[in-house]
Amino acid sequence: MSASDAERSGGVSDALHDPTTEDSRGGQGYPDPEGARDFPLETYVLSVNGRDLPVDDAWVGESLLYVLRERLGQPGSKNACEQGECGSCSVLMDGALVASCCVLAADAVGSAVVTVEGLAGEGELSDVQRAFVEQGAVQCGFCIPGMIVALTDLLDRSPAASELEMREAISGNLCRCTGYGRIFAAFRHVQEERSHARA
Amino acid sequence: MPAPSLPATFTRRRRAPGLGESVLRPDAPPKVRGEFAFSSDLYVDGMVWGKTVRSPYPHARILGIDITGALAMPGVHAVVTQEDLWGSRTYGLEHHDQPVFADGMVRFHGEPVAAVAADHPELAARACAAIAVEYEVLEPLVDAEAAITAPPIHPDGNVFRHVRLRYGDPEAIGDVVVEGSYEVGMQDQAFLGPESGLAVPSEDGGVELFVATQWLHVDRDQIAACLNLPREKVRLSLAGTGGAFGGREDLSMQIHACLLALVTRRPVKMVYSREESFFGHVHRHPAKLWYRHHARRDGTLVNVESRMVFDGGAYTSSSTAVISNASCFAAGPYYVPNGRVDGYAVRTNNPPCGAMRGFGAVQTSFAAEAQMDKLAAALGMDPVELRLKNALKTHDQLLTGQVITGTAPVQECISACAELPLPPAADPGADLMTLPGGAGRTALSHNVRRGVGFAVGFKNLAFSEGFDDYSSARVRLELGADGEPVATVHVATAEVGQGFVTLAQQIARAELGVGSVVLHPADTQVGSAGSTSASRQTMMSGGAVQMACAGVREVVLERAALDLHLAPADMVLDDGELTTKDGGRSVSLADALRAGPVEAYREFHHAPTDPLDEDGQGNAHWSLAFAAHRAVVDVDEELGLVRVVQIATAQDIGRALNPLAVTGQIEGGIAQGLGLAVMEEIVVADGRIRNPSFTDYLLPTPLDMPPVLQTWIEQPERGAPYGAKGVGEPPTISSTGAIVAAIRAATGRPLTRIPVRPDDIALAAPATSTPAAS
Amino acid sequence: MSVIARPANLQDAFDALDTLPDAQLLAGGTDFMVEVNFGHRRPPAVVAIRRLAELQGYQVRDDEVDIGAAVTWTTIERQLAGELPALAAAARTVGSPQMRNAATIGGNVATASPAGDGLPVLLAADASLVLASRHGERTVPFAEFVTGVKRTVLRPGEIITRVRVPRLTGPQEFLKVGTRNAMVISICCAALLIDRVGRTVRIGLGSVAPTPVRAPAAESYIAAEIDWDALSAPAESVTRFGELVRDAVRPITDHRGSAAYRSRAVQVIATRALERSLAA
Repeated sequence: MSASDAERSGGVSDALHDPTTEDSRGGQGYPDPEGARDFPLETYVLSVNGRDLPVDDAWVGESLLYVLRERLGQPGSKNACEQGECGSCSVLMDGALVASCCVLAADAVGSAVVTVEGLAGEGELSDVQRAFVEQGAVQCGFCIPGMIVALTDLLDRSPAASELEMREAISGNLCRCTGYGRIFAAFRHVQEERSHARA
Repeated sequence: MPAPSLPATFTRRRRAPGLGESVLRPDAPPKVRGEFAFSSDLYVDGMVWGKTVRSPYPHARILGIDITGALAMPGVHAVVTQEDLWGSRTYGLEHHDQPVFADGMVRFHGEPVAAVAADHPELAARACAAIAVEYEVLEPLVDAEAAITAPPIHPDGNVFRHVRLRYGDPEAIGDVVVEGSYEVGMQDQAFLGPESGLAVPSEDGGVELFVATQWLHVDRDQIAACLNLPREKVRLSLAGTGGAFGGREDLSMQIHACLLALVTRRPVKMVYSREESFFGHVHRHPAKLWYRHHARRDGTLVNVESRMVFDGGAYTSSSTAVISNASCFAAGPYYVPNGRVDGYAVRTNNPPCGAMRGFGAVQTSFAAEAQMDKLAAALGMDPVELRLKNALKTHDQLLTGQVITGTAPVQECISACAELPLPPAADPGADLMTLPGGAGRTALSHNVRRGVGFAVGFKNLAFSEGFDDYSSARVRLELGADGEPVATVHVATAEVGQGFVTLAQQIARAELGVGSVVLHPADTQVGSAGSTSASRQTMMSGGAVQMACAGVREVVLERAALDLHLAPADMVLDDGELTTKDGGRSVSLADALRAGPVEAYREFHHAPTDPLDEDGQGNAHWSLAFAAHRAVVDVDEELGLVRVVQIATAQDIGRALNPLAVTGQIEGGIAQGLGLAVMEEIVVADGRIRNPSFTDYLLPTPLDMPPVLQTWIEQPERGAPYGAKGVGEPPTISSTGAIVAAIRAATGRPLTRIPVRPDDIALAAPATSTPAAS
Repeated sequence: MSVIARPANLQDAFDALDTLPDAQLLAGGTDFMVEVNFGHRRPPAVVAIRRLAELQGYQVRDDEVDIGAAVTWTTIERQLAGELPALAAAARTVGSPQMRNAATIGGNVATASPAGDGLPVLLAADASLVLASRHGERTVPFAEFVTGVKRTVLRPGEIITRVRVPRLTGPQEFLKVGTRNAMVISICCAALLIDRVGRTVRIGLGSVAPTPVRAPAAESYIAAEIDWDALSAPAESVTRFGELVRDAVRPITDHRGSAAYRSRAVQVIATRALERSLAA
């Protein structure tokens, strides 16, 4: 097993799960139309990270979070609560930070969705992602994709945000491991880096 | 205490490269890219979704379960109940009293009754709803005190354990006596990654399980027993784990998923919703504690008496160990020449309780530290001075009669913490968002009073009371494809976020001088690493990795020595080179590996401990860790709202092997202590959980966490790898008490219950029990 | 046959409702999706209305702000702080930033939760709602719209299109009590609006009754006590105002708070809201 495999899988055989495939997974729709009267299926296309991805025969009640994770091969957004109370599912929809668990996937048609997987190029890290790595802001990692999407959004919208503004901007992102200290440090680090780059 | 049986090289102080540095986590890059596979991210073609049916009643007889409707539903592959188990119908960490599915009797709200497998999670949910269970609802036993003598709600009785501790002269009386009764509410681990995993049936009739857990081997053993499979046919691999904090030490969906996989012959994925998660794992024991402290006029402690009842809920889990810890450490980190403790862990129809970070020491620390403040007030003494005066030291005896032989820098922790700078005085012009009430903007600065509080705590590291605690590691050193040495470390250590994956690499690099260290996935193909709990993995699995590296080093030294016609004792492995001690001649590690890979497998056991005798006496613990906390709070008294302004801490860590990781563990542990102090409680009424969601089970947000000032006391612990102590639990033990002490200072309220609720501060007569259901 | 419609305008929405008569109206989704995720609701069909042209944007007029039902709380928080200070302050406390970016004022009104943060402000401001159906439009005062816990006078086939909030001249405050510093369901909340022109004081209270409520006795009492030129009142009158507000409500005990605490808290925040307004 190569070093990169061990890094990437975190303990699970890669044969079971490759989150970076291009293809939509699909296929979970219920096959029997007779019994499907109250399990209606929809087919539509979503724009995710700049690509148009088909969603075929998906139960109409599926959240954007579910579709991203289970049908579109983008399991980076996480399912810690599925009621909009934790931020782990945060994505950008038409440039606004939203909880994808509270978005009906079939209603996201026509909107541009950006997930954690779309923040940097293949195999690369954005400056926010790199700061999280270097400042020790990652422990279990479950809150991290949502946290990074939220802070990326903040820094793009409000580069000079104060510490208090930053705390309020991520007040919908819970972390249970870190106590937020190193996450705040990552924010400050990126802010300084970017302001030096502008100078 | 007998010296640990370890090779001589183990205790040799090596300032090895990499150890002691803030090496970055190897799994951070995939985690920040969203590519790290957590247990809930697993996917395989053809998989079906499992879901559990749970009892809506805390206590009921099951008269019948009709699954025919569910089985007939489209997309449903299987429905299973206890009738479908081929082996044991119960499991458990200490006693196997917890049914896989309720055994004709439901004993807690949410107890599993059946499980289904279906094509889509929504179909599985509908199938669960279609399962008709006929219950005869029974009156739940919810009063833990009454449970001690009440008719048993289980054949094994209602008392999991009574620890009776008598030390010195338990009748000793002091000049000054203070008494108090305290209460701790039920906290939840609330790890963000939901209970989840993927069970895949194997060709040989066994099953493979990818799961988030704290202890692979104990999970495997329980699954094997319940499915009547030999252990070798139950193969577990650790899937990415989104936190644990004790809540994954007991089984949740493991047996259910494996059973469904074997019945359907399909891979089965189970993912709990957050709501189900609140029902699906054990919680921290709520407790009622009575204390009476005796001291001399000069503040010297004379006797500590305590009686405490921990509500363990429906099944044993790890209650017998929790109450033991609570009892052993009941007095706090102070020398007391006499003691009387009666600790009860009891069975009720409340939600089952078990391990959570701090494991019994949290509850007693809250009460004991409140007592110390009360004592200080009665003596007219400064609370910090009183603690310094009585602080434990090496060679002191604990309440269990055990003499502390390891490091015990309690005075250093207290002094260092007290010396950390206080925050600046409250600024009258500060943004209202920084005052108590936060975004609700309920207070102006003149509505707010500031208070400062102090608390100290301690507990054991690793497992105690005669348990043969060990971890295993296999290290393999060979030439990689590029011709350079690469080490592979195979340990079953559950990485739940604490950073062992980083440390394992640091240790291997330091011990072998090899840059490239690969971690084999944690699974049951190697020996047990023990539990990721009790702050033990740095010491135990770190020790196992170190020993295995030493074993590898022995062999390569032998090869190099043979090469140079020397004795192995004449050579050292230093920074990738096998050199003579005078540095004159050397063989590269790569050359030494040309003959083939070298592999070593070792177990690290910590020094043996003893069980407690009938007086609660015995050398029950291996190593101890201490921490002091100081909290500054702002309180809006009229509304009872609290803002924690700063927490300062000094922690006894032995040696920092990775400063960045230590920093993160301390900040994270303190956040959980803050949660228990002011906002976290599973509200249980008549056995029912009232708030199984993040809407009403409140975790601290980024607007709730204050800056944390931390300083470390590094006195290396002999017998611990590199002298390092585990750091995970001490931050959670006394941070709660410090915060409540600060609120008392600001408000003058006695505040004998945690979490402190606004009612307790704002109303003239504070409530003494959980709010009644409407 | 598709069971989800994404109409671009009201006429298309009414046509969709004809085709899918049991459809769920979906705006931001922050209430509805939680119900679906928990398995409490199963959408047989959905008519998504967040794109409807007639529900977008806001018009600032001299006497009112006319807000589209699909306008989010983030927009209200950031762009209407000058015109509608209490509503913007309430917006800032709705859930989390993620929630505020999706949740709409129309959705909050339609859900009519007793704990809905914006609702006490609408009540205090005497806001009105424009309801449209295939058969025409009607304007309903907000005070008449909510009839009980999550119950409104909205008829099948009706869609809330606009929320009209009067602009008042005078200080406004919104205070919300929760046990955490962010992302809380209120234990109680109060919106205080002072109308210097009309010489009225309005207070809207949330989470202390099945619906948002006013405190008419307290309002008329304090209006008579205020020196309207100086915009001041004696301290005892301010205290009395708080007591009258407390007496006007009979809150319940639930897992979030006791009745006794809610009574105390509503008195405290009403008093403070008034103090801050008069000191401004």
